[in-house]
Amino acid sequence: MIASLNARALLLSAVLLAVLLGIWEAASPQQKLGSELTEYEILMGGAEPKAAVPPPSAVFVKAWEELSNPFYDAGPNDKGIGIQIGYSLYRVLSGYFLAAAIAIPAGFLIGMSPLMYRALDPFIQILRPISPLAWMPLALFVIQDSQASAIFVIFICSIWPMLINTAFGVAGVRKDWVNVARTHELGTLKTAWIVILPAAAPTILTGMRISIGIAWLVIVAAEMLVGGTGIGYYVWNEWNNLDLTSVVFSILMIGLVGMLLDTAFAYCARLVQYQE
Amino acid sequence: MPTPFLSVQGLSKRFPGPKGSDPLTVFENVNLGIEKGEFVCIIGHSGCGKSTILNILAGLDEPTDGAVIMNGKEVSGPSLDRGIVFQNYSLLPWLSALKNVTFAVQARHRNWTKKQVHDHSIKYLEMVGLTGGAELRKPSQLSGGMRQRVSIARAFAIQPELLLLDEPFGALDALTRGSIQDELIRIWAGSDQTVFMITHDVDEAILLADRILLMTNGPYARVAESVQVDIERPRVRADIIHHPDYYDIRNHLVEFLAKRSRELAGKRDEDGVSEPNVIRFGLNGPVANKSNKGAEEPPARARVVNGAD
Ligand SMILES: Nc1ncnc2c1ncn2[C@@H]1O[C@H](COP(=O)(O)OP(=O)(O)OP(=O)(O)O)[C@@H](O)[C@H]1O
Ligand SMILES: [Mg+2]
Repeated sequence: MIASLNARALLLSAVLLAVLLGIWEAASPQQKLGSELTEYEILMGGAEPKAAVPPPSAVFVKAWEELSNPFYDAGPNDKGIGIQIGYSLYRVLSGYFLAAAIAIPAGFLIGMSPLMYRALDPFIQILRPISPLAWMPLALFVIQDSQASAIFVIFICSIWPMLINTAFGVAGVRKDWVNVARTHELGTLKTAWIVILPAAAPTILTGMRISIGIAWLVIVAAEMLVGGTGIGYYVWNEWNNLDLTSVVFSILMIGLVGMLLDTAFAYCARLVQYQE
Repeated sequence: MPTPFLSVQGLSKRFPGPKGSDPLTVFENVNLGIEKGEFVCIIGHSGCGKSTILNILAGLDEPTDGAVIMNGKEVSGPSLDRGIVFQNYSLLPWLSALKNVTFAVQARHRNWTKKQVHDHSIKYLEMVGLTGGAELRKPSQLSGGMRQRVSIARAFAIQPELLLLDEPFGALDALTRGSIQDELIRIWAGSDQTVFMITHDVDEAILLADRILLMTNGPYARVAESVQVDIERPRVRADIIHHPDYYDIRNHLVEFLAKRSRELAGKRDEDGVSEPNVIRFGLNGPVANKSNKGAEEPPARARVVNGAD
């Protein structure tokens, strides 16, 4: 019997995962015994338990530990993974929705008015390629608050894809549909609401999805810089502690949360998708 | 002479040509008058500019020269008084068939309740035979003919003073086409609506129209003739072919499409007047009548070709 494509893909994924984990586990160096150490290694401090990339089994144990109590708070340098991710999500979402609140209306304006499109295009073109982290020093100086600066960096990096996609989607609404609005004497607001928004929604959602992806990429770097809390800070902190098991675990958590965010937006995009 | 309900004066349309080349003149100096309540069909070869004229009448497109005057007012921009069935249906793909109609009805009757809007829309969807679940589907889930019917229901439901139909029955099978033609005539006869309809089907034109406008090929197309269809109503599809004028009219139209639309293409009217020649059918074929419609009866039995009277 031929299983469905999905079932076979799932099986293949599982096999690949098992093989990769197996290789990783086998390749992870076991802690060598003192007797086997060369003189050089002893001189270099090899007698201490050495920091090494942990085997998957160690990461699983760590994950179990952390996930069974994700929200503990034992001082500034020892908080549960849930709390750290919560901080990061809070920054990402507030910066992101602030950006959306500005980018989507502004994108409408730019998309509906060729004048605005041309007038604002040079600004967008020069601001867009700037790495969001390049804003950090300026943000820290002007805002004088590291938390708000991180939010600002998220804001500035997520605004461009939403702005550009909204403008592009709005400008590209089929003339036939706009004509339908015109022949039914819909006003500007009604036209925007009944015709332009639904017509451009898939493009806008694509922009929003790109933005949330970028924001989640940037928050890790931003938190490494500003420190204090957040998943980015957590990774950096564990690296400073040479706790590579925690580093690997948090890398996986960053991937997982990023995937969940993307899935949520993909779901929203499906809701507004239409077929011509 | 009183100006007719709809008057087209000196209408020209040019599109800018590809870089460097001359602009494309689709038609030039078109003059027409349409009376209130009249049913007018326009026939011409593909690409001669029929849809362009219709879009200008709708107010969706601007003429390069000339003006359209309806009810004594110059048409500028579209209006709910002019309902359109677009050649490509132009349904909003994210709305169900029903919603495509209700939003139009809502726009027309802003103070109606949801129920009034719904019932009115359903009535027109029923009229075009879209019920039993089909009305809840999105346009992408409907066949071409069903989409066309939604578009017809949408235009009819807002009961405009002037209905502009761009090949409204092109995608329909003969049976559906017949029943919607009958509905169109019923709606039109029971109101004082004026209809301007593009079609490629000469039999359809004769069945429906009071007058058939014939357009020469483009570029520089013009409305060369206006054929009066004086067959009394109600017209029945099966009986109309036995009418003494039927084949004269039909042959005239077919001959125009086959030959004269090409021969006359690009030519100015010899005497410089760009009103279409009015053709009426007496006992022995077409009678050209240079003066406007509504003038005294043309001499019978005189077969006068194209303005040479
Ligand atoms: N936006 C445009 N730019 C340039 N040329 C155009 C444009 N729209 C239409 N035309 C030209 O104008 C002419 C008339 O087009 P139109 O759509 O009015 O034809 P039509 O008579 O409706 O044809 P059909 O029967 O195939 O629908 C065509 O030659 C077409 O190429
Ligand atoms: Mg056309």
